[in-house]
Amino acid sequence: MSETPSVELRNVTRDFRRRRTSLTSPAPVVRAVDDVSLTVARGERIGIVGESGSGKSTLLRLICGLDRPTSGEVYVEGRPVHDQPPWRLGWLRATLQLVFQDPMSSLDPRMRVRDIVAEPLVAQGRRSGNRERVVELLERVGLSAEAADRYPHQFSGGQRQRISVARALAPDPDILVADEPVSALDVSVRAQVLNLIDEVVEGFDLTLVFVSHDLSVVRHVCDRVAVMRRGQLVEVAPTEQLFAAPEHPYTRSLLAAVPDLQQALAGRTAEDLAAGVARRER
Amino acid sequence: MAAAPAAAPAVDRTVLRVDGLSVGTRHTGLLHDVSFQICRGERVGLIGESGSGKSLTALAVMGLLPEGLAATGDVRLSARTPATRNLLDLPERDLARLRGDGLSMVFQEPMTALNPTMRVGDQVAEVMLIHRTQPSRGAVRRRVVELLEQVDLPDPAHLARSYPHELSGGQRQRVVLAIALANDPALLICDEPTTALDVTVQATVLDLVVRGVEERDAAMLFITHDLGVVATVCERVLVMYGGRIVEAGPVQDVFGDPRHRYTQGLVAASDLTGAEGRRERAALPTIPGSVPPAGRFPDGCVFRTRCTHADEVCRTQPPWVPRGEHPAGETAYGHACVHPAGGYGDE
Repeated sequence: MSETPSVELRNVTRDFRRRRTSLTSPAPVVRAVDDVSLTVARGERIGIVGESGSGKSTLLRLICGLDRPTSGEVYVEGRPVHDQPPWRLGWLRATLQLVFQDPMSSLDPRMRVRDIVAEPLVAQGRRSGNRERVVELLERVGLSAEAADRYPHQFSGGQRQRISVARALAPDPDILVADEPVSALDVSVRAQVLNLIDEVVEGFDLTLVFVSHDLSVVRHVCDRVAVMRRGQLVEVAPTEQLFAAPEHPYTRSLLAAVPDLQQALAGRTAEDLAAGVARRER
Repeated sequence: MAAAPAAAPAVDRTVLRVDGLSVGTRHTGLLHDVSFQICRGERVGLIGESGSGKSLTALAVMGLLPEGLAATGDVRLSARTPATRNLLDLPERDLARLRGDGLSMVFQEPMTALNPTMRVGDQVAEVMLIHRTQPSRGAVRRRVVELLEQVDLPDPAHLARSYPHELSGGQRQRVVLAIALANDPALLICDEPTTALDVTVQATVLDLVVRGVEERDAAMLFITHDLGVVATVCERVLVMYGGRIVEAGPVQDVFGDPRHRYTQGLVAASDLTGAEGRRERAALPTIPGSVPPAGRFPDGCVFRTRCTHADEVCRTQPPWVPRGEHPAGETAYGHACVHPAGGYGDE
């Protein structure tokens, strides 16, 4: 690949020290991310899937420069992130933006939507033209211009997630990182937000890093899926291939555990679900 | 699995009978005229988006409504004793005697359902000691280990001595299930029991719930917003929106060939696979808009503000249209929609 990849991880490891359990032995170490190497090409949509404790959130924090790896290197748009102090990462905040899981806790309840969406611009030192930009962004994500004067609590979960997306788009980023953006939403609204993400990634030519514990959600949005387990990437494959012919036993057990509506209607019971997991876990 | 319901039972096997249940504050109605029955050994799902009234239904049946909410209607439970009294009229003392005995519940969040300062074994024992369902303390202790073993917890004797924070989310939910099943309830209500769990853990917990209920021939009301889970676990389903049951029937029929436009939307929106995955780049089907806040649902058909088929007729409350015979009564199989979907190759 001649082009610089959007995100590149080289043998990234992150250890956390736990509390000491004895005076004589060193504190136990938890390896949250274990020697992960991953390259995300420009314009690619990658899904990172794993269960709680698999290290996907730690990996995400490393990509966003919110944490530093114990060893290994992280590059975004070819520039190093892993060894930079926060005050040297201003460029990263303009290039890479985040959408979080819980739109209630990631939007300041005391700020008007106008200020929430404009905040990344203000943080970048942009003072003029923000008003027009906010209206433009809100309309882009399917909210009316009047929404700008209201507070987050006046919106439903799906609408709040639209506000989060508008805020993420404000500095005109190249990379959108979504951390479980639809996990807190109802099915009907989930589809709306997934469509929106699909649309903005397409429309703004973004690279998407989509983290989820739910394989079925990733399936619709991503080109490629990376499955994480206990800090390691156990399988990385194009979406179609991963769903059609999962190679790693863990991927198979994840797929087997999803209570799919059509399969259930075809007669798959809870016992079958559990059996699929148990068999493949061994 | 979703076996055909047994032929007309000779004895009345109804465990829970809810008739015209309405819940509301002084100014706002939250549940309207909810009626359903659950028979012994039957697993019934209750689905709908958040804010549609699912949990409120469960709380009303349990007599656990928050202060300021009043329930009217008729709720009868035949557990140890035949259903002679309306649960809504029972004094708290009688209700407390019922809860955890004939009627028990599994909540969504196992960390808040368990007492963090008590060993889990003691918490399982507590429910049997309070209701005096075991002859002696020794019997209770043996039964605790047995129950923890039934929910597939490793080394139950040892685990009974641990505190909730020492357990993983899945293990905690198993403990909650053991507590709920301790006194062999006639009715188990599960309110989103696996929403906070990982998929692989969810699969095993669902299996345990089904096994536990089947072994006891108990009735189950399973609340969730995940259609896939309902289809896996239940044989019959009630679809709720805006505090009303808008469609009901066997899972196969309701999800496979929905009639109410709301159910149709839910089923379509749950399907994330599409025909050929994402390659198509086709937008996922959605239900337009979002659930209005409590008390702001339209009169007439509750769904009409989000329904693409709604017209003038929908301004009046649509009547319940029975779709077929069902042993659990007319309200168990039908829908309340003037412009129903399906059946005739209609989109």
